[in-house]
Amino acid sequence: MDFLRPASWAEALAAKAEHPSAVPLAGGTDVMVEINFDHRRPEYLLDLQRIGELHTWDADGPDVRLGAAVPYTRIIDHLADELPGLALAARTVGSPQIRNRGSVGGNLGAASPAGDSHPALLAAGAEVEAESVRGTRLIPVEEFYTGVKRNALAPDELIRAVRIRKATGPQQFSKVGTRNAMVIAVCAFGIALHPGSRTVRTGIGSAAPTPVRARAAEEFLAAALDDGRLWDTRGPLGPAVAGEFAELASGACNPIDDVRGSAAYRRRAVGVMARRTLGWVWGAYRGNEGRGAACA
Amino acid sequence: MRVTFTVNGRVHEADDVWEGESLLYVLRERLGLPGSKNACEQGECGSCTVRLDDVPVCACLVAAGQAEGREVVTVEGLAERSGAPGGRLSPVQQAFVDAGAVQCGFCTPGLLVATDELLERHPDPSDADIREALSGNLCRCTGYEKILDAVRLAAARGGETARDGEAARP
Ligand SMILES: Cc1cc2nc3c(=O)[nH]c(=O)nc-3n(C[C@H](O)[C@H](O)[C@H](O)COP(=O)(O)OP(=O)(O)OC[C@H]3O[C@@H](n4cnc5c(N)ncnc54)[C@H](O)[C@@H]3O)c2cc1C
Ligand code: FES
Ligand code: FES
Repeated sequence: MDFLRPASWAEALAAKAEHPSAVPLAGGTDVMVEINFDHRRPEYLLDLQRIGELHTWDADGPDVRLGAAVPYTRIIDHLADELPGLALAARTVGSPQIRNRGSVGGNLGAASPAGDSHPALLAAGAEVEAESVRGTRLIPVEEFYTGVKRNALAPDELIRAVRIRKATGPQQFSKVGTRNAMVIAVCAFGIALHPGSRTVRTGIGSAAPTPVRARAAEEFLAAALDDGRLWDTRGPLGPAVAGEFAELASGACNPIDDVRGSAAYRRRAVGVMARRTLGWVWGAYRGNEGRGAACA
Repeated sequence: MRVTFTVNGRVHEADDVWEGESLLYVLRERLGLPGSKNACEQGECGSCTVRLDDVPVCACLVAAGQAEGREVVTVEGLAERSGAPGGRLSPVQQAFVDAGAVQCGFCTPGLLVATDELLERHPDPSDADIREALSGNLCRCTGYEKILDAVRLAAARGGETARDGEAARP
């Protein structure tokens, strides 16, 4: 094994082009587990921790350009206003020690259907900035996940950053697990209201081979909000609308039975989370702060 | 490969480090610092918690090469860092002993490093702060109550020392 330690982004891209089999190493919270347990013996480890720009972000435009290796702790501490859904999701990752190292770039690299960033990125709207010596391309996050633990990166590409729409409305994230800390999602749900474009976006985690959006649910809800002029009146959402939204979210799942939960449980739990989180974000949009009152 | 980094204020050099080796392995097996414990090697138990450039991390998930040139603090360095006189425990360590928070002791080094960092950030933490800060550290013996007591005790004593300090000032 070789340990490659590029000092700059250009050097990292050159190293990845020269050794496409090199395994990028950011916080190591996925990679090191695999190495410790002998599940992976890469020929090259490509350490990205020394590349300053991967650890910073730029929040000046309509997007946050989040460096691939920014640890979750910094997202929680510094970006909760711009990226509330992602910050909520980040709070549920592992433990403080894991959040101090683990990154969204690493979550995307691993592309586990249970990764907690994914529902939040899908709901907010995001592009993955993939770069190689050949150039840069922006991959819409919904096209980034190509299969269980597979993503759209070419062998010579690295993730430079993720460009995430800044929130213009309330966002929520909900995750089912056996305890609060240190738990892989049984399933998860993210939702974001986008009042500017009068759209709603969602993300489902751990209930299909890849993270997915519940598109039928999003379209149904956008139409229902338009029909009722609810974006303008900020009136209450009827239980029938919330119920149908939950049904459609449940229908977007394609889960499996595994040790963490059955397919039937996941379908049902996603529906419940969809209804609850919708209650929370709509309550916030109407001006009721907090989750408590709106709990489904 | 050779890895050079600072542990508890002193520069250390480790030779013949395998490229896939963890910081935990280097500390324990190459530098003779077995305070940080190895239990799960997958980030679940926190018994290997150290500070890497001040930040609490699982040493089992840091590649040795990633520690190059960095500063590491392990449980072995807590007493000296706290300014405790030679041979004495740090206030946090003493509070763990006094509160009966140590049984088999395997989880203790990680909990001490995590608690030390918590009290640095939050000298007067709420119970929720304590639970959150220690949520990455498992203990199979104590049932956690005594550990919470120890952290509260350390915080209370820290407060006393600070107040004593103020009172002593003219
Ligand atoms: C105890 C424990 C608990 C955990 N809990 C959770 C949890 O609750 N939720 C959750 O989602 N995850 C969890 N994880 C998994 C892990 O922490 C996350 O997936 C994290 O986001 C990985 O980030 P990292 O920087 O540590 O990635 P690394 O381990 O460094 O890398 C992960 C993958 O991404 C690739 N990669 C990293 N950076 C780049 C880049 N810039 N370009 C291209 N590829 C790249 C790597 O090659 C590797 O394949 C947990 C892990 C542990 C050990
Ligand atoms: S040994 Fe590192 S977390 Fe358990
Ligand atoms: S005292 Fe035994 S594991 Fe905590």
